[in-house]
Amino acid sequence: MSNTQNKDVKKKGVKRRKFLKYSGVGIGLMLGGVWIARNPLRRKVFELAETMIAPYMGDTSDPLLWMQITPENEIILHSSKVEMGQGTFTSLAQLAAEELEVEMDRIKVVHAETGSGNMDGMSTGGSMSVAGLWTPLREMAATLREMLKSKAAEKLEVASNTLTLADGVFSANGKTMTFGAVVEGVTEWNIPDVPPLKERASFKYIGKPIQRVDLHDKLIGAPIFGMDAEYPDMLHASVVRSRLIDASMTNFDISEAEKMPSVVKIVQENGFIGVVAKTHVEADNARRKITFDYIPNRKWNLEDVEKEVSVGKGKKTIFQKEGSAVEDINGEGDIFQMEFRSPIGAHAQLEPNGAVASYKDGRVEIKVSTQVPKLTRDEVAKALGLSKDDVNVIPTFLGGGFGRRLHTPNAIQAAIMSRAVGKPVKSFFDRKQEFQNDTFRPPTHHVMKAKIHDGKILGLEHQFASGDTLFNSALDPGVATVVRADIGSIRGGALIYDALPHRSTYYHVNLPFATSFWRSLGLLANAFAIESFIDELAIKTGQDPVALRLNSILNENPYNVRAKKVLEACAKKAGYKDGVDNGRAMGIALTIDGGSPCAHVAEVSVEGKEIKVHKVTVAFDCGFAVNPDQVRAQVEGCVCMGISAALFEKMDLKDNKLYPINYGSYKMALMRNSPREIDVVLIEGNDKPGPVGEPPLGPIGAAIGNAVRRLTGKRLTQLPMSLV
Amino acid sequence: MKVSFTINGKLKSVEVSDGNSPLLWAIRDGLDLKGTKFGCGKAACGACTIHVDGKAVRSCSFPTKYAEGKEITTIEGLSVDGRLHPVQQAWKEEVVPQCGYCQPGFMMATAAMLKEIPNPTDDDIDNNIINVCRCATYYRMRKAIHKAAALNSQNS
Ligand code: FES
Ligand code: FES
Repeated sequence: MSNTQNKDVKKKGVKRRKFLKYSGVGIGLMLGGVWIARNPLRRKVFELAETMIAPYMGDTSDPLLWMQITPENEIILHSSKVEMGQGTFTSLAQLAAEELEVEMDRIKVVHAETGSGNMDGMSTGGSMSVAGLWTPLREMAATLREMLKSKAAEKLEVASNTLTLADGVFSANGKTMTFGAVVEGVTEWNIPDVPPLKERASFKYIGKPIQRVDLHDKLIGAPIFGMDAEYPDMLHASVVRSRLIDASMTNFDISEAEKMPSVVKIVQENGFIGVVAKTHVEADNARRKITFDYIPNRKWNLEDVEKEVSVGKGKKTIFQKEGSAVEDINGEGDIFQMEFRSPIGAHAQLEPNGAVASYKDGRVEIKVSTQVPKLTRDEVAKALGLSKDDVNVIPTFLGGGFGRRLHTPNAIQAAIMSRAVGKPVKSFFDRKQEFQNDTFRPPTHHVMKAKIHDGKILGLEHQFASGDTLFNSALDPGVATVVRADIGSIRGGALIYDALPHRSTYYHVNLPFATSFWRSLGLLANAFAIESFIDELAIKTGQDPVALRLNSILNENPYNVRAKKVLEACAKKAGYKDGVDNGRAMGIALTIDGGSPCAHVAEVSVEGKEIKVHKVTVAFDCGFAVNPDQVRAQVEGCVCMGISAALFEKMDLKDNKLYPINYGSYKMALMRNSPREIDVVLIEGNDKPGPVGEPPLGPIGAAIGNAVRRLTGKRLTQLPMSLV
Repeated sequence: MKVSFTINGKLKSVEVSDGNSPLLWAIRDGLDLKGTKFGCGKAACGACTIHVDGKAVRSCSFPTKYAEGKEITTIEGLSVDGRLHPVQQAWKEEVVPQCGYCQPGFMMATAAMLKEIPNPTDDDIDNNIINVCRCATYYRMRKAIHKAAALNSQNS
């Protein structure tokens, strides 16, 4: 079943029953609390942000779109979700192998080209790939298995119920036939009803710590990334990008650049200028010779941005209202208030954004690291005035995603330059451009309030302001066109302490530079503010921080019940103690993101002014772990990346210039800053898989801050946290 | 200018218009060895780490002309006859890579360190392995480095 045959099947209009309807966005359970907002769409979207049942928006009616069988009896799984390190390819292979009854190594996972028709309207992100495909992919694989079985019966001239199946080979009455032999010559398939799926007790691969399917390639340095992609006779390009925010560029002088050896053409189209040359180094050198002037709209320094991002400014939405504003709570008591801030954060994914495009006779093919293959295709088609069918996006492995590849203007530019020079062109950001032109994690400001009387907390309020994650005017078109509302900033912003009257309000701010998705979106900052404040309330009211949390969460919704279990398990595993012991203290924090509760205990010391994280204990409930080893890997990665964001990372802004512009000066946690011990407890509070790749980022900042509070008496209220 | 060196055991030459241009691009584009990665171009991330005469070098900041006559190893040359190098083997057993983009640089840096310090302590690792991994796989890397050291001593 090659892709061509696959298309034939469709054209011939074989009976194709739609047996699955997963398109569209499902809305899951609310996380507790009553959502209110003026606009019903917004309300839906806020619910979605908390529960994230936005799995897969592609075609699951036809297993042939996803699975191809070669004569060598290899199964090629064409994934419309991309592999950016999160291990999705491995989990998807496990799901398919399980129902197809084949050994893991018979399955090869590749990225689906958009031209194959297997596309997902959603991005790869939101930690939803495996959870979203959990049922559809198994159903597709089971259906394919039955299709193969009836064909095998036909070809072997036996009754289909006499056939047995093992590792891709059917047998009956001493006759055998491989999947590969079954599909040979077959051009039409009937798609039967979905057969019942395997019971969990008989799972061979699902739920097991199977080794990553991409492991070998990643050990030997195989050329699997967008940056490694090539076409014969390819040229290299370098594009001029703005060094300033909120400024236009004018008076371009390309005369010096044009004189540089090996320059083939300087392309000026579609609002950008790119130099095409024979080698990457020469293209880059020539691009630096282009001179131009900036006309800034207004002057921006970091203080100006912080002034904009302030509670009370921007568009207000109360998204949780189980209680009045703290000031309006009747009766005696004092209002206790704290403010928190988080900075502009860079993605800093290791592989820069690039693309290689080959334009020929009105068609263009693009190899690119992207989290949004379909959107990339649509945008390229639009920019080049081509029909969507004339654009084929071939996704490659991503050298990190983290939300940085939801906008791919680089693909458009490579395509335009390829058309202009009549040859394939490769173009990518240099690191300086990555830092200056990132789609940053937006800065935030939080005001936390509680009313306290006689050691009792009478009400809780979280108000926060954040730059946008979707509709920033400085952003290239991207996901916004898909979702049409900002769901990102409020992730983790809802209060889970529903035994107390509580209320949450979001102030939505537009900034003069591109802000967008950064792994876990609002969760990192929101959880830092909320969980630091809860800890401070525990200290202020003389309560144990674990007990306070447990007592403040009702048992009414299943997420909360799971969260309480997670918190208790984490405290127990870590041997959590409130206080300083031998120069070390523990801090604890709890979050629920996308329905996956997670708790951290960080064991911390302060040496001089340095905050050192020695050990992090994590309890995490992502439901059923399809691949427990890779769930652990995601947790460990979230812990270390979270430490990086919590203790080191921030961008600065001076005279419209964003700093720093490279690794090193953009401080990040390295090996020496990563804890020597990470102890992960997985809890299965649900028999279906839930989000994995982001929720464990939530608690880390507050867990560290809460430990530092015990060590120093100081409450750190600003990310990155510092004692200097 | 033409620059000749031994790379992964084979004598090769590359033609560059400027001898100061980074060796990284001569390796990636000139010799089509894509395992050595571009991350920053300023010796700040380690993604481009290779061995020059056995020492770890960040090839993005190493002028091609200085490679003349040198012995170079890239990730493609770390395994011999398809047998994984102990560092790769340890990386495999610990399932270290996530996105994988930084990993060749880390494995090359580790292999070079283990030649100098066959049994590194955790502090040695902290001080010598200073590459950037954005997926933050440091926890497994540390385990893999200890394991590689153990595999090395078994082999010798
Ligand atoms: S690319 Fe050479 S150190 Fe980053
Ligand atoms: S594995 Fe992704 S950057 Fe290291």
